Amino acid sequence: MSVIHDIGYRRYQGPRLGRVSVLAALYVHGMRAAFGLGRTFKAKIFPWSVAGIMLVVGVVAAAVKFQTGLELLTYETFPDQMSMLLILFCAVVAPELVSRDLRSGVLPLYFSRPLSRADYPLAKLAAMITSAFAVMAVPMLIMFLTAAFSGDGMGAVWDEVKAFAPGLAYALLFALVYSSIALLVSSFVSRRAVAAGATVAVFLVTAPVVVVLTFATTTTGQQLAQLASPSTLVGGVGQWIFGRPEGMPEELGIGSFGPLYGAVTLGLIALCVSLLLARYRKVAS
Amino acid sequence: MRGPPRLRAVTLIATQSLTKVYGGRVTALSDLTLSVGPGVVGLVGANGAGKSTLIKLLLGLIPPSGGSLSVLGLDPTTQAADVRARVGYMPENDCLPPELSAAEFVTHLGRISGLPRTAARERASEALRHVGLYEERYRQIGGYSTGMKQRVKLAQALVHDPDLLLLDEPTNGLDPAGRDAMLNLIARIGSEFGISVVVCSHLLGEVERICNSLIAIDGGKLLRSAEISTMTTSTDVLAVEVSEGTDELGHRLAAAGLPPTREGRLLLVPLGSAPDAAYDTILAAVADLDLPLHRLEQRRHRVAELFAAREDA
Repeated sequence: MSVIHDIGYRRYQGPRLGRVSVLAALYVHGMRAAFGLGRTFKAKIFPWSVAGIMLVVGVVAAAVKFQTGLELLTYETFPDQMSMLLILFCAVVAPELVSRDLRSGVLPLYFSRPLSRADYPLAKLAAMITSAFAVMAVPMLIMFLTAAFSGDGMGAVWDEVKAFAPGLAYALLFALVYSSIALLVSSFVSRRAVAAGATVAVFLVTAPVVVVLTFATTTTGQQLAQLASPSTLVGGVGQWIFGRPEGMPEELGIGSFGPLYGAVTLGLIALCVSLLLARYRKVAS
Repeated sequence: MRGPPRLRAVTLIATQSLTKVYGGRVTALSDLTLSVGPGVVGLVGANGAGKSTLIKLLLGLIPPSGGSLSVLGLDPTTQAADVRARVGYMPENDCLPPELSAAEFVTHLGRISGLPRTAARERASEALRHVGLYEERYRQIGGYSTGMKQRVKLAQALVHDPDLLLLDEPTNGLDPAGRDAMLNLIARIGSEFGISVVVCSHLLGEVERICNSLIAIDGGKLLRSAEISTMTTSTDVLAVEVSEGTDELGHRLAAAGLPPTREGRLLLVPLGSAPDAAYDTILAAVADLDLPLHRLEQRRHRVAELFAAREDA
């Protein structure tokens, strides 16, 4: 029957894959870590509860709209409303992706392999962005499918697509900004709890700054105030794309500074990514 | 596809006036010139002698401050990725994620080394089996003993079938039994697997029995580099320990043509050209004198002596 034979050491003659496959392997590993797959139940609790809450919100919004026609949340307001949950999600997942590796000293095992210094943070960042985007995009997709196929005809579907696509882009922008900040902060801290706290702090500490600045004397100053915090910054870009929400007083809006908000957002992402790359050029191996 | 037989008579590692200075002040290696052939190589030196620096240079993780080096005929400063694809590295420090199972972690690192998914999984379980981890490999590493963790560290260095293993203090933290098991495993990797190994250790006595050649460095300088065979041919000694009558036995052996040297409570008997006969002579002498024999073991005592002599000089 099944006897275990010691077949001795066998050499590997098969193919060795290139950079793209290695990056893909690291990316998939990161996605598994983000959602606690292949890990204990404890590691799954947080990411899945955040994802679950967002999903429930999306399903309820879709159901209410389907039943009553009342729009609780639109594709634009959903990412706005979920941004606090997204901060929490990033603050927990980013340390899972990078702080753990710092703490367990596993980096020398990566960098002693044919993996460039930039590949590691880029694969981790891609996993962070994907997972952050996914937790928002899935509920939005449910809202879209419900709305699109409860209307009549292809015209209704197309109208829905036109509303859905920018909303999805807006969610992606949230994911990009929050992920790059969270991953950068976590890459400097080896203790996960501290890294999570530091990430949340970046968002929380800057929020009151915005409030203080809105008391600025000039309207221009007030309209620029929202540049000061990552969450209001992305919100500002949202106003630029979708227009000022109804009922929002003008001094709380961004005025005509939309392009500036867009540029600052892109600049912030670029800054975080280059600092992240610099961090891993230097990290001890 | 990769090249033919691995134990070619090529130079495994060669350095020429290799120097590494950290931050313009701390000299970790200075003017190191050496050449090592395939086999199991011991890299010995005290803590801080420059062993880990040399390993990092060999892997292309840090650039040299001066001089040149080659690993498996490749230059790590310009072909780091090619070198790393063919080298397996086991660091000295803890480097394992406690939340993963050994099987998943070693598979993952196999993929980072470029193995396709299925091959990585197969080779990971083979590597773990070779180092002596079976069903435990599906448990989280966090629950492993030090000995098991050292085995996982070795397995991840083997998973991509390297031509050269760089092992930094592989016996760190192991108890004597675990240490012997690890050393035997490394010896097997060198002989049966046909993979060249560089073993770093601060304990000469530990690595000398499994190595074909030794490099001793101290304060960043080469003390000595040599094949063990050239150092130990006909210099094997037997260490004999009896709990009483040591002098008596010494006289008896001297009379029998095996003049021993005294080292503490031990008698060191050179085996000469006829080791079997020497064994018999010693056993007969112990039996004749009816002495309680404590220990009788073969030693390559001379290696340590050779290094010690150099150090004193």
